[in-house]
Amino acid sequence: MALLELKNVSRHFEVKSGLIDRLIYGKPIRMIKAVQNVNLIVNEKEVLGIAGESGCGKSTTCMMISGLVKPSSGEIIYQGKRIDQFDSDEKRFYHSQVQMIFQDPYETLNPRFRVIDTVAEGPRALRLWPEDEIVSRVDDILNAVGLPPLKYAERYPHELSGGERQRVGIASALVMEPQMLIADEPLSMLDVSIRAGILVLLKKLALERNFSCIYVSHDLSILGHIADRLMIMYLGQAVEVGPTRDVIQNPKHPYTKALISAVPVPDPRSRRAVPNIIGDISRPIDPPPGCRFTPRCPYSDDTCSQTFLKLDMNQHDKHLTACHRQDALDS
Amino acid sequence: MSSKPILEVEKLNVRYQTQDGEINAVADVSFKVFSNEVFGIAGESGCGKSTLIKAIMRLLPENAKMDAHSIKYKDQEIDCMSEDIFRKEVLWTQISLVPQSAMNSLNPVYKVGEQIVEAIQAHTSQGKKEARERVEELFDVVGLQSEFMNSFPHEFSGGMRQRAMIAMALALDPGLIVMDEPTTGLDVLVQERILRRIREIRKQIRSSIILITHDIAVIAEMSDRIAVMYGGRIMEQAKSLDLFESPCHPYTLGLKNAFPSIKDLDQELISIPGSPPSLIGLQTGCPFEARCPFSSDRCKKDIPEVVVKEKFHEVSCFRHTDATELREHAKKLSTWHY
Repeated sequence: MALLELKNVSRHFEVKSGLIDRLIYGKPIRMIKAVQNVNLIVNEKEVLGIAGESGCGKSTTCMMISGLVKPSSGEIIYQGKRIDQFDSDEKRFYHSQVQMIFQDPYETLNPRFRVIDTVAEGPRALRLWPEDEIVSRVDDILNAVGLPPLKYAERYPHELSGGERQRVGIASALVMEPQMLIADEPLSMLDVSIRAGILVLLKKLALERNFSCIYVSHDLSILGHIADRLMIMYLGQAVEVGPTRDVIQNPKHPYTKALISAVPVPDPRSRRAVPNIIGDISRPIDPPPGCRFTPRCPYSDDTCSQTFLKLDMNQHDKHLTACHRQDALDS
Repeated sequence: MSSKPILEVEKLNVRYQTQDGEINAVADVSFKVFSNEVFGIAGESGCGKSTLIKAIMRLLPENAKMDAHSIKYKDQEIDCMSEDIFRKEVLWTQISLVPQSAMNSLNPVYKVGEQIVEAIQAHTSQGKKEARERVEELFDVVGLQSEFMNSFPHEFSGGMRQRAMIAMALALDPGLIVMDEPTTGLDVLVQERILRRIREIRKQIRSSIILITHDIAVIAEMSDRIAVMYGGRIMEQAKSLDLFESPCHPYTLGLKNAFPSIKDLDQELISIPGSPPSLIGLQTGCPFEARCPFSSDRCKKDIPEVVVKEKFHEVSCFRHTDATELREHAKKLSTWHY
């Protein structure tokens, strides 16, 4: 069942320009179309991976779901109800149900808070449980993320390593008993030997505690190991979605193909195909109406620059591509 | 790879004086780089890989002290050269650097082409015109159009800036180019293009490359030989294939388990428990001892000698003779997490 749906969601940002430019020279207001008509469904108890390069709109999408940024158009629907129509109680509930883990474990912790204060802060602020229950729940969750409270509860962030800090971040998200966890590049600041531990922990907790997870990363090797389904974004558009294995082993969109062939493999014998792609990524300022990958796509034709094929919401469990030129690609 | 070493480092030590005490950032590091090869140095943050390079290139901050048995570049002792001679005769003309965060290493108020011209003129007697022609050539080698010579760094994308830095490092035909995390922070497609360009450049020039990165996949694809560093020491070094096919050091085994591959989605990821050691104060024992599932009392007390297993394969572990057995054990989750 769908826990969260995004229907035709867009987010545009205005490019700051001078008053003189606008009034005297009559320059039009330019828009960065960070996210454009994205359709997305997160089912209950699944990990959805969102992959793409910088500027593809993956973080903006997360921020819209967590309510940090409002969409310019489109609907975000949680358990059947639009989140912008929530009353204040529902909003409180939603914010306890949808939790985020951030990229930088060094910046996200308050240096004056002990681990136990950080983790208990959310439930205390929303008065979810009586104080003694909060304390016992915090103890439970610290054990679950591998930070035994006897050893760690009284520590301050500077007494923790990067991996331990990220575990505190996970604990303070999960203590709220969320239905949905949004993890935005949670491993990119951590060392290789630590990363696997956090990844395995997240996967295990998602199974044990039955929450859904949106896992955002530019690293397809990591997504391949954690995500059940994978969505690929390019310059604000969702170009491909499907079961992770299908998308990685049998990519359909030319961009996904290029992206996957560019991922380095830890094997000295491996030889990769050269990605079939033209030029550099552009900025999503006033882009043309069609597929934004058109200028870089070796297969594109006239229809590509005019119309964009949206991913069909009704078949979201299937392997879908937003490419018109499937036939040309296959041959 | 020919058999003549271009760079020979023997027993290099670097210590930083800090308020908390002395940090032994690099200890007893010895390695050779042969001509026309890519030598990769892999390791996690704080393992001393950047310090090692800074020591060789004399770019250490003032609170650092280094000593070495010898550092030889083409049979010439470069560690006892005077500062002036080193700058004139070695730095940039013989050994050049593509620094970490090369993206921020260009001067924002000078045109990119001018900055490279300046580097050429500082070290040679070439005139401006000659130097500009050389820069044009270099731009071509790294795949930048020559009209970008008159652009400012902010007009460049991250990948273009990185290529400009590589062009600058190539400017004086050095025998050795050191690349410190050359693709960290770049997007996958840009990274792929830079790495492909480096491989193409290698075919054209005769320089050797030292490639430093924490990314095991990048190092596997690019290097002829690899050294794995941990806690300021080299744990193991070997030809790339040997290192991946018959690793001997428990740390290398652990890294292999922890690194996901897009080619093998069924691989069970196993992390190395614990976190890297503090390097403050005098070190006793193997730096990996606390996280090693195979350690014994001896590992706590003594630092294992470097043992040559076979040609080019050196390992620093007391249990190197049990390597086959350790390799089997290391594949199991229960070995690392119990």
